[in-house]
Amino acid sequence: MAELRKERLDRGVKVRADSIYAVSSMKEIMFLIGPGLALIIVLLVVPLLLTPYWQRVFAITGIYVLLSISFGFLAGYVGLVCLGGAFFVGVGGYISGLLNTVGVPMFLCIPLAMLLGGLFCTVALLPCLPLRGVYFAIVSFVYPLFFARLIPATGWFGGTDGLPGLEVFSNQWGLLYLMVGVILVVIFGISRLVNYEDIGLVFRGVKDNEQAIKASGLNLTWYKAQAVFISAVMGCFGGAYLTHMYGWVGISLFATDFSIMPLAATVVGGVGTIFGPLVGAFLLVPISEALRAFGTLRIVFYAVILVFFVVFWTEGLVDYLKRKYEQFEHWVRV
Amino acid sequence: MELIVYGIVNSVILIMMSVGFALVYGVSRVPNFAHGALFILSGYLTWIFLNRFGLPYILAILLALILITIIGALLYRLIIIRVRGMPVSEIIASFGVGLAILEYLRWSGLRGMTYMLPPFIPGSTNIFGVVIDYQRILIVIGGLGLLAFLWFFTTYTKTGLALKAIAQNERAALALGIDADMAATVAVALGALFAGIAGVFILPKGNIVVEMGYEVLIFAIAVSVCGGLGSWKGAIYASFLIGFAQILTVKYIASHYHFVVALLVIIAVLITRPSGLFGKQKELEERV
Amino acid sequence: MNSDIILHVEKVSKTFGGVKAVDGVSFTLQRGDVLGVIGPNGSGKTTLSNLITGFVEKDSGRVIFNGQDITRWPPHKIADAGLARTFQVMRPYPTLPAYKNIIPPLYSPRARRSARGKLGDRSAVAIDILEEVGFERDARVPYKLAGTLPLGYLKRLELCRCLALQPELIICDEVFSGLSMSEIASMVPLMKKLQDSGITLIMVEHRLRELFKIADRAIVLNFGAKIAEGSPQQIFNDENVKKAYFGGEDNTYVFK
Repeated sequence: MAELRKERLDRGVKVRADSIYAVSSMKEIMFLIGPGLALIIVLLVVPLLLTPYWQRVFAITGIYVLLSISFGFLAGYVGLVCLGGAFFVGVGGYISGLLNTVGVPMFLCIPLAMLLGGLFCTVALLPCLPLRGVYFAIVSFVYPLFFARLIPATGWFGGTDGLPGLEVFSNQWGLLYLMVGVILVVIFGISRLVNYEDIGLVFRGVKDNEQAIKASGLNLTWYKAQAVFISAVMGCFGGAYLTHMYGWVGISLFATDFSIMPLAATVVGGVGTIFGPLVGAFLLVPISEALRAFGTLRIVFYAVILVFFVVFWTEGLVDYLKRKYEQFEHWVRV
Repeated sequence: MELIVYGIVNSVILIMMSVGFALVYGVSRVPNFAHGALFILSGYLTWIFLNRFGLPYILAILLALILITIIGALLYRLIIIRVRGMPVSEIIASFGVGLAILEYLRWSGLRGMTYMLPPFIPGSTNIFGVVIDYQRILIVIGGLGLLAFLWFFTTYTKTGLALKAIAQNERAALALGIDADMAATVAVALGALFAGIAGVFILPKGNIVVEMGYEVLIFAIAVSVCGGLGSWKGAIYASFLIGFAQILTVKYIASHYHFVVALLVIIAVLITRPSGLFGKQKELEERV
Repeated sequence: MNSDIILHVEKVSKTFGGVKAVDGVSFTLQRGDVLGVIGPNGSGKTTLSNLITGFVEKDSGRVIFNGQDITRWPPHKIADAGLARTFQVMRPYPTLPAYKNIIPPLYSPRARRSARGKLGDRSAVAIDILEEVGFERDARVPYKLAGTLPLGYLKRLELCRCLALQPELIICDEVFSGLSMSEIASMVPLMKKLQDSGITLIMVEHRLRELFKIADRAIVLNFGAKIAEGSPQQIFNDENVKKAYFGGEDNTYVFK
């Protein structure tokens, strides 16, 4: 009885690429750097092709992309499921807005908001870092809710009205390409950090093997704090960017969307990869924008997609594509 | 006096909202994030049976509760069972289902003042000089009844004991021939039923609105986490803690702080006692 | 205090839900010694090492290491002070080359202070350490994926994680268990080599025959309490030990 079975084989260059003798021809170089190059080109070209409305959507998508990468980094490589994206965005946005109201120019506000916001978020989350899994997810999810209720209740920072009249980007292209640049730096930086730098191994240990890390004389909380700081800086940039895109800061910066969407994007794109969240966010946010006409029904679509990916296609898009790219399949007789 | 009465009512409301969630997690380790959606759905179904089909109130409620229990069982059998053992996936899958239900209801017109359930017994009375409507009294009675049922169920019935066994030591329970999947199905269905009961008792207090679904979910999580995930007794204590904290804030600070205080309590409890007030997880983990 | 005493454990106790896992155990260890900790299953050996290294909080008692009171220190600080430990259950990064598993400990402040840590290239240092314990560089063993290594190599990998810290004392939790005879045979000289290089060892063990090839002295635990202490011969002749550990029967087979 001859039965057919699907066999998967690594492509030649992939087998060799794991070793030092990887590259032997231009074709193989292209195979290895092709995906990265394609990403750079797409990100650089796409804004040119869009209408002004979709350019703004692109910019907002960028913020979600950054949040998704920071979520994917924390969840997939450090083991902290952090649903505090809205917290990072809100803190970054408010710091940038407050600095701007006291006369600091915008191009200084954004880096300051990243630095101070990153520090603030890290210090605020510091007591929660020993928490694990679901507990950390819940507490980090509660933080933005807390601030979103605290600000209107106390009337600080403009209360419910927020801070209007802030400086905005004078140039649409500057707005777009700042985001493109930041995304490229972040995606390649983080992927290098976790895959090629030694510190990436420490982070992975923090995720998979707490005990060994402690027994290695490393302070778990210190490394978690570093990872949270990296993520928070990315989120705070998103917040500051949004602030100066609209020239306004309000409690909508603490919106739950910023916390949930990165989770969805990571699930769709693939958990445990850095490019997965990026792909996921670039798919989901524009789709959600395109479905705006359907009102809240789009969230139903969304939820269905999410459940589908989590339950029936856990691999995620990026891992699927990666497999197709790096291996070929054929049917063999058994 | 007013403080105590309203504090108790508020706490019992929290208990009703959260006990189903805590029970499901305690027995099957499934965080059922569709809890809030089931809560709203039961109210909505009751409203449909009552107003569209013109059924008597009590029949409408019963039908809605039966349906919600079946939905809970299906939710486990069709969706959650496929991602068992992966907590994050379980959360996302159940939250996704809840989200779909809630947003579908919103889209199909569930907003504003249109959807209202009548109170079981209209009017109000006077207890220790505090004016209180009958519905709130019924909530307290219902909540206590629910707890009594839960206690009876897990102490005296075979299914309840099986659930308890699984909660305490899954492997040993499996070795004794308890079907873990069946037990988890029962647990999720029971959790759905509790959410449904909470819905039909609490919703007549106001309108059926989608936001309430999210709020119920957040409170259920908050209470269960504070009490120690998996311990429904802890959830009861935590309900009283948060319930009274809220009433006290409304009385002495300002009403718009009441959510802030609830969140503050959660953060504070989790930071000082990472496994909740009555959680045992931490010690277990340390032993390994 | 005598400066030759490296570790002094004084009446440490731990109760888990009413069960006394470790009950008032005390002992003292000279620098350069090898101490065996033996006892039947569930006698509290692993808990004792968890207590000393801070992975489990002590209910009572004191631990003094190198003249410092480390009783309430967190695990990473204890490791950083030079008291390293191996784990019975090892979990390396299965999809990474073996040498990459040694990189995280090279990040510790202690390793960075040492001469080796200053070299900069952590991968090179990691491979050197692996070679010292028998990962043949020529056969490219350090580059093999950790998930594909046999148990004997994994146990050594775990030892290397400790060695990367340049420790003064290593608590080895069951390094021999689960190994084949030939793997054990190659492990014994390795432990001797560690001892010769000046590292003090505590060997928590089941396998008495191999243990007494290395250890000068042992303590015996039963139900969390120390029931005997002394040289292999003393322990072998101790009535309590015979009763508790060997069931009171003729026990010569254990030492064969």
